[in-house]
Amino acid sequence: MNINATLIGELIAFLVFVLFCMKYVWPPIIGAIEARQQKIADGLAASDRAEQDLRLAQEKAKQQLIDAKAQASVVIDQAKKREAQIIEEAAVKAQAEREKILAQAKAEVDAERIRAKEELRKQVAALAVAGAERILQRSIDEAAHSDILDKLVAEL
Amino acid sequence: MASGELTSKDYITHHLTNWSVGEGFWTVHVDTLGWSIFMGLIFLFSFRAVAKTANAGVPTKWQCAVEMVVEFIENTVKSTFHGKNPLIAPLALTIFVWVLLMNLLDLVPVDFIPWTAQQIGVAMGHDPHDVYMKAVPTTDLNMTIALALGVFILMIYYSIKMKGIGGFIKELTTQPFNTPWLYWFNFILEVVALLAKPLSLALRLFGNLYAGELIFILIAMTGLYQLPMHFVWAVFHLLVIPLQAFIFTILTVVYLSMAHEHH
Repeated sequence: MNINATLIGELIAFLVFVLFCMKYVWPPIIGAIEARQQKIADGLAASDRAEQDLRLAQEKAKQQLIDAKAQASVVIDQAKKREAQIIEEAAVKAQAEREKILAQAKAEVDAERIRAKEELRKQVAALAVAGAERILQRSIDEAAHSDILDKLVAEL
Repeated sequence: MASGELTSKDYITHHLTNWSVGEGFWTVHVDTLGWSIFMGLIFLFSFRAVAKTANAGVPTKWQCAVEMVVEFIENTVKSTFHGKNPLIAPLALTIFVWVLLMNLLDLVPVDFIPWTAQQIGVAMGHDPHDVYMKAVPTTDLNMTIALALGVFILMIYYSIKMKGIGGFIKELTTQPFNTPWLYWFNFILEVVALLAKPLSLALRLFGNLYAGELIFILIAMTGLYQLPMHFVWAVFHLLVIPLQAFIFTILTVVYLSMAHEHH
């Protein structure tokens, strides 16, 4: 239990160990620890920011969705109105067309009727003349009585 | 037990005697020096291996373990020592891990290392009773005093460096009684208080570990009952070992912090 030269040896060993630790062990390890702490802090901050961004983007998307829905309903309304308008216009046009076609048909029918009447009148006149001719063949001079016959034809 | 013909006293004495080389003051305890330097090299090499590859990326498991110890010391030093001194934290780390490793040798079964040494000694042609091997360096007063003396030298060095030689002397003489005719009394008080610091450091560590080692040796002589008793004492000692290492470390930091402060 006596104090002896071992003490000196241990003192030297202690000194050497502390110096070695101070120069080659402590600084790299604590440097790495601090660098990693910094990195983790940065990473956490970045993740916080990203979360914030995500929340903002989600809110924006939600807003855009609402806007889009509103726009879509406006467009649909407009389309419906337009549809009704088109149908109405078409109906009006069709009505006009119908009336036009009807009028044309009527006019054609009228014209036909007038023509037929004319034809009929001519044929009746010819028939009457022919009849009268048969009756009066011998007694009537065609040239002398043509003015009477013309008057008759005009009366038909 | 080493041998049946040994008495209990011989057994204990044999276990508590260092392997000494030399005469008088120039005796060297080869076992204390060897084991302490061996433990110190284990500390330095294992930590240096991490320091060489340390980076801010994903750490390996061993790096994690080492960084835990380093960070623990860093926090301890930061909470106690408020100046800026690049020596304090590495000093605290060295003391903590080194003392812890040396103390841990206490958990190696008491006969294991001496018995192995004895077999080697006999093989080399020595008398087995002359082969001494006391493995735990912190049960050697030389070891603990060397550590405390190193810390004491640093205390004096930083006291003088921070306050100047005049400031240091002033600190030793002008308190607690600030009257010139009591300065001699102050000086006696302060020198005793100053010397008590390294002395208590050295004796506390030595006393705890020596007592622990002695109890292990005593338990080893109780025959078959030693197994449960060893277990119980080892569990208890498992608390003492890191606690003593930590106390030595924290007191070193506190003393050096006091050396830096102006009063």
